[in-house]
Amino acid sequence: MSLISERDKKHLRNRQRKSLYFSYLCAGVTWASVLLLGVLLYQVSVDGLGWIDWQFISSFPSRFPERAGIKSALVGTLWLIGLIAIISIPIGVSSALYLEEFAKPGKLSKFIEVNISNLAGVPSIVYGILGLAIFVRFFALERSLLSGALTMSLLILPVIIIASREAIRTVPMSIRYAAYSLGATRWQTAWAHVLPVSFPGIMTGVILALSRAIGETAPLIMIGALTFVAFLPEGPMDSFTAMPIQIYNWISRPQQEFHELAAAGIIVLLLVLLLMNATVIYIRNRTERRLK
Amino acid sequence: MPELAAVENLSANTEHPEAILEKALDLHEVSILYSGNPAINKVSCHFLRNKITSIIGPSGCGKSTLLRSLNRMNDFISGVTLEGKIMFSSEDLYGAEVDPVEVRRRIGMVFQKPNPFPKSIYNNIAWGPGINGHEGSKDELVERSLKQAALWDEVKDRLHDSALNLSGGQQQRLCIARALAMEPEILLMDEPCSALDPISTAHIEDLMFDLKSRYTIVIVTHNMQQASRISDYTAFMELGHLIEFGETEQVFTKPLVKRTEEYVTGRFG
Repeated sequence: MSLISERDKKHLRNRQRKSLYFSYLCAGVTWASVLLLGVLLYQVSVDGLGWIDWQFISSFPSRFPERAGIKSALVGTLWLIGLIAIISIPIGVSSALYLEEFAKPGKLSKFIEVNISNLAGVPSIVYGILGLAIFVRFFALERSLLSGALTMSLLILPVIIIASREAIRTVPMSIRYAAYSLGATRWQTAWAHVLPVSFPGIMTGVILALSRAIGETAPLIMIGALTFVAFLPEGPMDSFTAMPIQIYNWISRPQQEFHELAAAGIIVLLLVLLLMNATVIYIRNRTERRLK
Repeated sequence: MPELAAVENLSANTEHPEAILEKALDLHEVSILYSGNPAINKVSCHFLRNKITSIIGPSGCGKSTLLRSLNRMNDFISGVTLEGKIMFSSEDLYGAEVDPVEVRRRIGMVFQKPNPFPKSIYNNIAWGPGINGHEGSKDELVERSLKQAALWDEVKDRLHDSALNLSGGQQQRLCIARALAMEPEILLMDEPCSALDPISTAHIEDLMFDLKSRYTIVIVTHNMQQASRISDYTAFMELGHLIEFGETEQVFTKPLVKRTEEYVTGRFG
């Protein structure tokens, strides 16, 4: 176009080139992480895929690799995740709702906010020590599923609270004002409008938090989850083991077969994780559609 | 929580026009301060029952702040304090024993931007009465409110569709229907047409004429033609002061204050 001078043209070309380079950079970084995950999956699959069969899923651990299975760990993990979800989601979401919708902004609320952010960064082993002192010893819950779930809930609560608060903050004030102008109380507004609108965001936080809980090992070892369990827990007060512990146990043995069993265990763990996330994402998308 | 004194409905009384001129809201030297800085300075005026009163003035003059103080929506903004008295019937709106939730139930509000809930059209209207213990048929209530807001014919076949699929003008009329479903005594409107096109604006202005017989309306508007078209009384504000208040015709044609004349003739603002 004649409207643009030669100098402007050159400048524009330069800017567009920069834009292109930046998009290459971003794509490169993204694919690098995908590649890394691919390598991990490949490695694990090569070692473990051959071991995965019904026998592996349905057997208790054994000192003979060909008879060993992940049944007790799998069931333990499912119990644990269920209990953690029941404990941490209501507490986490309520706390976030309180801090965002009810608490008066001020020094105290700021203090709580900073502390929650700090707690999210505390090493998980520290939560293990806390759980051992409080739940296992003080409340005398022993080395039970309940102790483990309570400890893990402490660990992931900061993540749920922070993510839920962010989700609640994205709800436009105009919706709250609309509800208030109809003579709604704060509680009615929060329950009927703020929570449903922020629900998808809260679910994203819950996915992240539960995924972290499913893979954590240190706090469970600390509170004394067992490493060799040849029975299934029947209630929250039973002792238990979980998949990461079983995997850790197998991988620390010298025999090659057990290393391969560990790889098989990792595959099962990833499948459980995938299944759980898919369920949550399905629920989230369904509510998102309903809001549109 | 004491009930605010009930007010007789005088709208049917057309034989004695002077009897209609009852004050729905009466402001005595109202000052509103944002963390100590006055945004509204000793405003005294009143809003008459079954009349439309518009508040006009340049941007930042405090007209929206004043409007929001009439149903205690300013309570949600931290640092806002109010001095003076706003009498609603015989009760001080800011009295210690008055529950602001009750105030907002009886004094409805329509906002500048349409803000329907992300729910169905039906639920947008039924929710408010529902939480306030509405007894009787919700279907009838929804139909009546939508008809009052002149939206029924356009949405009657899709009451359970999301309200967000409506056009801007329809959304605003839905918000009006939602406010009307509460059967408020007073309806506050904060620049309700500023986000709408001229046709939707005309719809809403027609609607306000129809609503006048049943409700007291206070409207904040940027648009002077709109104020002169629709309102019975006009208040002109500038920099937090009430400059002039009177019948619309007088304010627009024979203003008592020079500043008002300059504003309504478009010499500033």
